[in-house]
Parts: sequence; structure tokens; C-alpha cells
Amino acid sequence: MSGSTERLPRLLALVPYLLARPGIPIEEAAADFGVSPKQLRRDLELLWMCGLPGYGPGDLIDLSFEGETVTVTYDAGMRRPLRLTAAEATSLLVALRALADTPGVVDTDAVQRALAKVEAAVGQAQPAGVVVGLTMRERTVSAETRSTVTEAVQKRRALWMRYYTASRDEITERVVDPMRVLIVEGRSYLEAWCRSVERVRLFRLDRIDAVRVLDEPASPPPHARPTDVSAGLFRPEPGQGVAVLELAADARWVAEYYQVDDLVELGAGRARVWLRYSDPSRMVRMLLGLGDQARVLEPESLARQVAERAEAALARLASHPSL
Amino acid sequence: MSTARVERLVNLVLCLLSTRQYLTAERIRGIVPGYADAPSAEAFFRMFERDKAELRDLGVPLEVGRNSVFDPADGYRIARRDYELGDVDLEPDEAAAVALAVRLWDSPELTGAAHGALLKLRAAGVDVDETAPAAVEPKVRASEPAFAPLLAAVQSGRAVSFDYRRLKGPDVLSREVEPWGVVSWRGRWYVVGHDRGRAAPRCFRLSRIVGEVRAVGPAGVVRRPADVDLLRLVAGSSDEPTPPTTAKLWVAEGRAHGLRRRAKPLGRVELDGEPGDLLEVELHFPESADTWIAGYGPDVVVLEPDTLRRSVTELLLGAAGRREGVVREESRS
Repeated sequence: MSGSTERLPRLLALVPYLLARPGIPIEEAAADFGVSPKQLRRDLELLWMCGLPGYGPGDLIDLSFEGETVTVTYDAGMRRPLRLTAAEATSLLVALRALADTPGVVDTDAVQRALAKVEAAVGQAQPAGVVVGLTMRERTVSAETRSTVTEAVQKRRALWMRYYTASRDEITERVVDPMRVLIVEGRSYLEAWCRSVERVRLFRLDRIDAVRVLDEPASPPPHARPTDVSAGLFRPEPGQGVAVLELAADARWVAEYYQVDDLVELGAGRARVWLRYSDPSRMVRMLLGLGDQARVLEPESLARQVAERAEAALARLASHPSL
Repeated sequence: MSTARVERLVNLVLCLLSTRQYLTAERIRGIVPGYADAPSAEAFFRMFERDKAELRDLGVPLEVGRNSVFDPADGYRIARRDYELGDVDLEPDEAAAVALAVRLWDSPELTGAAHGALLKLRAAGVDVDETAPAAVEPKVRASEPAFAPLLAAVQSGRAVSFDYRRLKGPDVLSREVEPWGVVSWRGRWYVVGHDRGRAAPRCFRLSRIVGEVRAVGPAGVVRRPADVDLLRLVAGSSDEPTPPTTAKLWVAEGRAHGLRRRAKPLGRVELDGEPGDLLEVELHFPESADTWIAGYGPDVVVLEPDTLRRSVTELLLGAAGRREGVVREESRS
């Protein structure tokens, strides 16, 4: 928000903001506006030069500074902030509506009240154009798992759980220190410090097979940071081996799960990709599921494993029509 | 924007807010500091036009009119009731809900707009701690390149055209759509609107739009039917509850844990001399279960239902290189 294009809206909001908070520390105001204290002082100096026609001492916006705090002593008629633009109202109201329509996720009563108040203030009945349904994609998370996990997060207690790791197709038991529950792209995840692997991990709630709140407190180490999900949930798996695959358009999502060294477009959505991988058995499983949507060009050993597993499976299917 | 211009614009807003009379451009030139710097009338009018456009972009409601029929030219003022945000007074738990709402977005366009809204709420005296931790944190991402141009088209009421890839196969078809809204459903973004080619309402998944979204024709022509429920249109068209299917499988001992955790064991059965179990599994997503099951190769044999058995067989034939598939056919040409 420090860009010059954002300066005018900030200046228009600053006087009413300060009016509502006489004697506020400059540093605190700067933090609320997302600018440096130095920038905020420059803004205040500029406002000090502005005012009403006449532009004499009694017409200009007046501020009094005391130590590191500031108070508006004359507002020149700028007592309230500007209304929300359609885009601002849309983004805020749509988000509140999405939260309000998601029972069990947040305190929907507080959301409903906030929504009603913001709607009344904004004076816009129906912000058009964007609708968000936070309805979950997963159908297999039990209410019990969800409430146990949420309870552990809220009470800051450690959790024991039996968890299915899809990438390795294994079920393990572990103790984690919960940090928060994230809901991203229609799925719920427990973000927690995993004591076995000693790092922050996201656990899909629909892959938790058993869970128990422990008596001991959750104590993620100080260096445990929340995951930045803005770039997507998948940290591409770093690996030693490189596979060269040709992917049809419908199989291109594969590239998101691996570290891609190179990608060549082949037209009609097809691509040749160079993927780094560490676990050959996972790669084989994925390739078997892709059928004719993917082809292994390299390494030869991977192509052979896929073909052998497929042939073995076909032979079994053919010889056992039923049991 | 230069400091001089920002200062001029703040003064212009203060001046027009304080007047009940319409002020002509000439008057404004004489009153508001900064305009006197314009070397000529023409330079002033250019400056003033740009300033008006800037204020309108910010949502400042400029009123245009004349104080009496004898006025020679239009004048300007800002009606305080249209300019000012109404009173907002939020309880702490309501402010926490607003903070959560602002953080919901993971998209440059919507995050920017939400922060703009937050700034104004704070200016209205509401204290919102954006960084207060929440036990449950929903996030909505909009990373598709088509999102920003479609949102802009929806908000300005403009038609668009784009190339769209169908679910199956490599076909890409050009579509011309009057967009009514963008909708996030089950973690995916859709644009809903009137498809001109088909003369009917349609939903399109943003991730299947290929290349650029182009605006077509003037703004303000798209009319959304008053009674339309965008979310329902998408929910009705997306892959909605196919009832779960029960499958009967043989699974090799100690293998395919992903299947076993959901399965009901029916008994131990040896297959080709290999020990294993007969399992019954409820498949909630029968349409994608074949991919999952084929991945286990010879460790899993589908016995029932026949449709699943056939589609797994198809995938395995493809993986074995015994199908002239999409990739193979085209790579030869």
C-alpha cells in the first residue's frame, strides 16, 4: 500500500481515522495503514497544507503532535471516510457471506452480525458478480474428527493420530502440535508441527483415521511458521531422479506435484515435461492411473516397471473374472 | 502521482464537499490551489478532466448540475450523504469475523479490494486486528489467469470471448459469453453467464480456459436476470453427488493401504498363490476411483462392479502401451 497510486485513498481516510483515535501513536497508525512511520509523517505534513477555500490558518487541516502521537484539531469537513467502492464492498461482503454460509467452520453468529452491520453501512443490498461457496469437497471427514481436531487447536493441546500418507501409501501413528485448521480449495487441513519429521506439515482431515487429544500442551517450536498457501498447497517434491514424460492435456496437473525442470509445449494442450522425483513406486502408481494420458520417454527402467505392473495386473484381471 | 497533484486533489475534495452550490470549472480554477499553475485554459481543462476521472475511479460521487437556469455552464459538488460511509460499530467478535473475511482471499485483485475496504472501516473508527490468529482459517485462492479479466468484465457488464477446453479430449472451442458472475464452488472457480453461441445459460471452469479472455463490445450491456442463483447454477452443473458405489476387490496382503483403510474385509483369499483379502469398499467418487485403483497394479483386482473393472482395464491397457492413446496418436503425426 506504499505505492503512490494508493496515496490518495490513504490521505482521504487518514483524517477520519485520526479523528476517531485522538492521541494515537504515529507508529500504530502507520501499521494500520501498512506504511512506514516516515511515510505517515509525510502524509500528515501534506494534509497540513490542505484545507478549505480561503486557505488561511483557520481553514487548513490542523494537527497537534505530542511526542510520538498525533491528534486532529481541525478536520476541514472531512469527518467520515469515503464509501466503499463496488469492488471493495464485493470483496468484503462476499467473503463474509461465504463464512456465514459455512456452519461449523467459524462463529457464524458473529459473522452474521458483522455482515448485517457492514451491509447497512455500505448501503449496498446485493454486491453482484462474485459468489463463494465454501462447501467442502471431502465427504468422508467425520464430524468427530473435525471437532476433536478443532478442540485441540483451540485448547492448544497436542494430538495423537493415525494418519494415511497417500504419497507413500502407508499408515503411521504420530504425535503433532496443532497450529490451526486451514480450509483451502474445499478441503480441510490440520496445520501442525510433526514431531516425527520435525517440521510443519499439513494433514488432510479426511486422511486422519483415528485421533485423540493428549493431556500435554501443544508446543510447536518458535521457528515453526504457518504455511504460505498463496502459491498453492503442494510443495513440489524435490528428487534425485529425472523422468521425461509426455502428457496429454488432461494429465497436465501431474506437473504440479513434482519439481519441473523443463516443459515443452507440443500443441493441443500436450506437453513434454522433465520431472524430478524421489520415490519410484509413487511415480509408477501415478503413471498406471494415467493410462494412455501419459507416456514415459525416460528413464527406460521406469517405463519398463510401469509396463510390467500393467501387464501383471491385466493378466490377473483376465484370469480372475470373479472369485 | 506527484505530491502536487495529490495535494490538489485533496483540496478539490474538501472544496466540493464544503460547497452546497455547484462550482463551475472556472470557479474551481480560481479557488483550488494548484490549478493556477496551468499555463493556459486548455492545459487547465486537461488537468481538470484527469482529476475528475481520478476521483470517479476512487468512487468519489461527483454531482454535475447548475444552480439556476441562468448559469452559463455546468458546475460540480459532492453530496456529503453520498460520499460518507455510514456508521459502523462492531463488537470484538464481529471485528474478528471481518479480519477473517479480509484474510479469506488469496488473490491479488480481491485481497487489494478487501484491504481498501478495511482501511475505510478503520477510518470509520472500527478496530480490526488483521493478524489475530484464528483456530480455523478458510482461504479462497484465485490464481487462474482468467480470473482478473472475467471479474473486471462482470463488474463492468461487458461480454467476453475465450477459448475453452472440454473435460474430455483436446478439443478447444471458442465461446462468447455475457458473464453474470464468477463463482467459487468446492474450491474451483467458474464463470456463469449467457452463452451467445448456444443461446442458453452456461458455466465454465476457469482452469479450462485456454489463452486470453478478450472483452467484446461496450461496457454496460450485460444484464443479469434478477432471479438467477449463480451458486445453484454451478452446483447443479458440476459433478454433484453421484451416489456411492460398492465395489468388491481382491487386495494383496500388506498392500494398498489407501484402499484398506476404507474397506470392510469379507475374508482371506489366495490368488495365484499370493495371500490376500477380499474387501468391500464404498466408493464416494466412482468416476475417479479407477485412476486410484489402477495405480495399485496387480496388488488389486476389481471383481465388481463391471463398469469399474472395465475402466481400470482400459487404464492399464493404456499404461501398458497397448492403446493408441491421445499422447501416442498425436506424437506420430
